[in-house]
Amino acid sequence: MIALEKRPTPSRAWSAAAPLLAVALTMVAGAALFAALGTDPLAAIRTIFWDPLFNEQFASYSRPQLLVKAGPLILIAIGLSLGFRAGVWNIGAEGQYIMGAICGAGVALALYPMDAWFVFPTMVLAGALGGWAWAMIPAILKTRFRTNEILVSLLLVYVAEQILASMSLGLMRNPEGGGFPGSRNLQQYPAAANPELVAGTGMHWGVVAGFVAVIAAYILLNRHMLGFQIRLAGQSPRAARFAGVDPNRLVMICLGISGALAGLAGMFEVAGPAGQISIDFNVGYGFTAIIVAFLGRLHPVGILLAGLLMALTYIGGELAQFMLGLPAAAIQAFQGMLLFFLLGLDVLSNFRVRLGRRKVT
Amino acid sequence: MNRRTLLASAALAFGLGMSGTAIAQDKTKVGFVFVGPIGDGGWTYEHNEGRLAVEAHFGDAVETIYQESVPEGADAERVLTQMALSGADLIFTTSFGYMDPTLNVAAKFPNVKFEHATGYKRADNVGTYSARFYEGRAVQGHIAGKLTKSNIVGYIASYPIPEVIRGINAAYIHASKVNPDIQFKVIWAYTWFDPAKEADAATALIEQGADVILQHTDSTAPQAAAEKAGNVYTFGQASDMAEYAPMPRVSSIIDNWAPYYIDRVQAVIDGTWESDDTWDGIGAGMVKIGEITDAVPAEIKAEALALQEAIASGAYHPFTGPLNRQDGTPWLAEGETADDGTLLGMNFYVEGLSGEIPQ
Amino acid sequence: MDLSAINPVILIASLMVAATPILLAAIGELVVEKSGVLNLGVEGMMITGAICGFAAAVETGSPALGFLAAMIGGAALSMIFGLLTQFLMSNQVATGLALTLFGLGLSALIGQGYVGLKPPATDRLDLGPLSDIPVLGRMVFSHDIVIYASLVLVLVVWLFLRHSRAGLILRAVGENHEAAHALGYKVVRIRLMAIAFGGAMAGLGGAYLSLVRVPQWTEGMTSGAGWIALAIVVFASWRAGRVLLGAYLFGGVAVLQLNLQAAGIAVPVELLSASPYLVTILVLVIISADRSRAAVAAPGSLGRVFHASS
Repeated sequence: MIALEKRPTPSRAWSAAAPLLAVALTMVAGAALFAALGTDPLAAIRTIFWDPLFNEQFASYSRPQLLVKAGPLILIAIGLSLGFRAGVWNIGAEGQYIMGAICGAGVALALYPMDAWFVFPTMVLAGALGGWAWAMIPAILKTRFRTNEILVSLLLVYVAEQILASMSLGLMRNPEGGGFPGSRNLQQYPAAANPELVAGTGMHWGVVAGFVAVIAAYILLNRHMLGFQIRLAGQSPRAARFAGVDPNRLVMICLGISGALAGLAGMFEVAGPAGQISIDFNVGYGFTAIIVAFLGRLHPVGILLAGLLMALTYIGGELAQFMLGLPAAAIQAFQGMLLFFLLGLDVLSNFRVRLGRRKVT
Repeated sequence: MNRRTLLASAALAFGLGMSGTAIAQDKTKVGFVFVGPIGDGGWTYEHNEGRLAVEAHFGDAVETIYQESVPEGADAERVLTQMALSGADLIFTTSFGYMDPTLNVAAKFPNVKFEHATGYKRADNVGTYSARFYEGRAVQGHIAGKLTKSNIVGYIASYPIPEVIRGINAAYIHASKVNPDIQFKVIWAYTWFDPAKEADAATALIEQGADVILQHTDSTAPQAAAEKAGNVYTFGQASDMAEYAPMPRVSSIIDNWAPYYIDRVQAVIDGTWESDDTWDGIGAGMVKIGEITDAVPAEIKAEALALQEAIASGAYHPFTGPLNRQDGTPWLAEGETADDGTLLGMNFYVEGLSGEIPQ
Repeated sequence: MDLSAINPVILIASLMVAATPILLAAIGELVVEKSGVLNLGVEGMMITGAICGFAAAVETGSPALGFLAAMIGGAALSMIFGLLTQFLMSNQVATGLALTLFGLGLSALIGQGYVGLKPPATDRLDLGPLSDIPVLGRMVFSHDIVIYASLVLVLVVWLFLRHSRAGLILRAVGENHEAAHALGYKVVRIRLMAIAFGGAMAGLGGAYLSLVRVPQWTEGMTSGAGWIALAIVVFASWRAGRVLLGAYLFGGVAVLQLNLQAAGIAVPVELLSASPYLVTILVLVIISADRSRAAVAAPGSLGRVFHASS
C-alpha cells in the first residue's frame, strides 16, 4: 500500500517541483475537459497559458495586464497571510477593499476639481484608513466581546456592498452623469488618477505597493520580533502566551494590517484601472486573495508567484473564451481544477511517499 | 504565422495607435461583451439571442465572438482591447457600466466600431443604443389597472436608476388612468440578480394585498410565487417567460435586439456605419409585447393592443401631459410630451405614487 | 406607512421557506465542523446540488428523485474536498474556496441545457385537518415535506451529537484528532463520512432553491446562500439548536425587511437591505458578550491537518 511519511523538513526540490507538476497535470485534466466540450484541447491550453505571454498578437498588451490583475491580489494576500499565520481569520477582505475604495474616492470627489499635489497622497491615506477601520470592527468585537471574527468580517462584506450601492446611487453619483449610477471617472481627474507609471508596463502605484508589501512582509517575518510573535502564535498559542505575546494586540495588528492593505488595493483600483465607484465595483479580489495566500504557502515570495499565476489564468481564460468560444463556466471549472492539483500535490514537499508495508515504529 | 497576425503585431509595435483590423479580411468579425452569463435567462440571454440571430442571418460572411460575465471596469477594458486586437470590426458592449471602458478602447482603435448599450457618451466610432422599455410598461400598466381587484399593484424594482424609475412611472400613469384608486407598492431589491430575494419580495407584496406583480428583475421567481398564491397576475420581463402562461403570466416585455444587431452589422459590411444614438421602442420592434393570454378579458386585451398600436405608430406617447411630479409641481402641460433628455435622466416619481425614491 | 398590512402568521410561514436552504446547508456544515474539518465550499456544493436536483427532476418528472440526485451530487463534489484534505492533507480553507469556484463552473456547464425550463411542482404536504387549525395551520402545517425534513434533521443531528456514541466519537475526533487516533478511532474515515453528509445537505439546500423556492435554473442562482450558511454555523457556536435559531433569524429579518419596504416604512432601503447581516452580527455580539456562559469555542482541531504518524 501507499503510505506517507512526514519529512523532517520540507523538501526544497519538491517545493519547487510540485507546482510545476500540478500545472502539468492540470493541463492534462483540462485538456480532457475542453475536449469533452468539443474544443481543440491543445489550442485551449496554449491559449490560456502561452498566448497571454508570448502570442505576437496579444502578448505586448496582455503581459502588462498580468500585473494589473495580480497587483491587488498580491497586496491583499500579503496582509491576509500575516493573520492566517497567527490564526486570525479575516475572511472579509472584500469588504475592506470596498471601503478603502469608497474612502479613497470620497477624498478625491470631495476635493474635485482641486489640482494639488496632496490630493493623491491623501487618497492613499484615506484608502488605507477606510480598510483599516472596517477591519477594526471584527477586531474590536473579537477582543472586547469574543465575537468570532470569521462571521463578522464575512457578513460585513455584504454590508459594505450595500454601502457601495448606496454611494454610487446617492452621495457619490456623478452630478454630470445624467442621473445614472456611478461616480465621476477619476482617470479623468489628473490630480487623483492612478495611471500607468511607464506606458505599456501595467505598472501603477498599486502594483508598486504590492511589491513593497512583499518585501516588507518578508523582512517582518524573518527579521522582526513581531514576525516571530505572529509565527509563534500560529504554531503554538500557549507557547506564545508564555513568551509574553498579547493575543488581543496580535488580533488588532493582524486585522489592522490586512484591512489597511485591502483598503489600499481598493483605493488604487478605483483611482486607476476601474476609474470610478459603481454598484458592481468589486469583482471578488478579496476572496480570490485568500486562495492566493494559501497557494503561496503564506510566504511572501510564494504569494507573489501565486498571484501572477492566478492572473495568468484569468487573462488566458478570457482569451480562450472569445477566441475559442469556451463558456466562462469552463474556465471557472478549469481554475478550480488547477487549484485542486496545486493544493493536493503540495503534500509532496512535506511528505515522502513510501510504497510497500508501513514501517512499524 | 499568417499575414494578419504579422501585420497586427507590427501595428502593435507602433503602440496601439493602429488597429489590426486595418487589413482587409473576408469575414466581418463581430464581438459581444456580456455582463452576465448567457444562461441568465434575462438581460444577457436576450443579447445572446441577438448574437445568434446575427450568425443565422449572415452565415459565413460574419464571425461572432463573445465573452460572458465580464465585470464592469478594468476587466471590461482589457477584454475590449483584446477583442479589438483579435481583429474585431464591430463590438457591442451590452451594459451601462462599460461606457467609459468602451470610449477608452475606442480611442485607441479608431478603425473598430463600437456600439454601447444604454449609455450616453458617443465618439466617431462609438454609437449608443437602447430600448424604450417604458412603452411596454405603459401597456402593462393599463392591463394591471384593469385586472386588479384589490387595487394594489406590487412592483419589484432593482436599483433606483432612471431606467427603472421610468418603468414605474409609465406603468403607474397608465394604471391610474383606468383605475384612479390604484396604489403601487414598490420593493427595491437592491440587486440585479438574486432569485431567492425576488421570490421573497413577490411573496411579501402578495401577502400585503397585491394581486398584480410587475417586476424589473429577470428571474421567474416572482412568477412562481404568484402561481403558488393563485389569482395573482404577473408579466414576463426581458424574456417571454411563456412557461408561466396563461396564468399567472398574462403578457410580457421582451428585449428584441436581433433586428438592430443585424442592421448594424450590415452597415459595417456595407461601409455605411456611422456613430449615432438609437432609442427604439415597440414601433421598431426592439421592444416586443409577449402574447396577451386568454386570462385577460377580451375587451381589456383589445384596449391593450390598441394602446400598443398607438405607441408603435407614434400617435401616442406614454408620457403625455397633463402630468405632475410627485410633489404636485407641474411637469408636462396638457398635450405636451416628455423630451428624451428628461426621460433618460428621470429621477422623480409622478404624482400619485407614494414612497420615496432611495437616494 | 401601513404596518397592519404585515400579517405575522404569514410572515412566519414565509420565513420558514426563506430560511430552509440556509438551514439545510448549515446543519450539514455543522456536522463537518464538529468533526474538525472546515469546508468553505458550501456555496459550490449548494449550486451543484441545485443543478443536479433540477436536471434530475426535469428529466424524470419527479421532485423526489431530484432531491435525491441533489444530495448525491453535493456529496460527490464534497468527496473531492475529502480526498484532497484527508488523504493529501491540503489546506482546508483554500481547498474549500477552490471547491466553490469549481462547483460554480461545473454547475453552469451541466446547466447549459436547462435555462428557461420549469421543474415539476413539489406539492405541499397534505396534513389533512391540521392545516385547517386557525393561525397554526397556516403558519406551520401548510408546508412542503422538505421543510419538515429540515426540522427533523436538526433534531436528529442534535440527538446524534449530544446523545449517541457515534456522535461522541465524532466530537472527540473534532476536539483532538491525535487523542482520538490514539484511542483507535479512524479519524480520516469518520471525517470523510461527515464531509459527505455536509455535501449532501448542502446539495439538498441548493435543490430546495432550484425546485421549490425560486423555482428555475440560472447560473449562480444561490448568490451567496452558502456563505450565509457558513456564518450561521459560527453564529450557532457549533450547536444544532442555535443553527435553527440563526437560520430563522436571518431568514426572518430578510423577509421582514421586504415586508417593511412594501408597507412603506420610512427607513433607508440600503439600511433595510443590510439589516439581516447587521442583526446577525448584533445578536452574536450580545450572546458572546455574556461572560456568564461557558466559553463556547470552535472544535479544537477545526481546520487542522491530521496525519497519523504511527
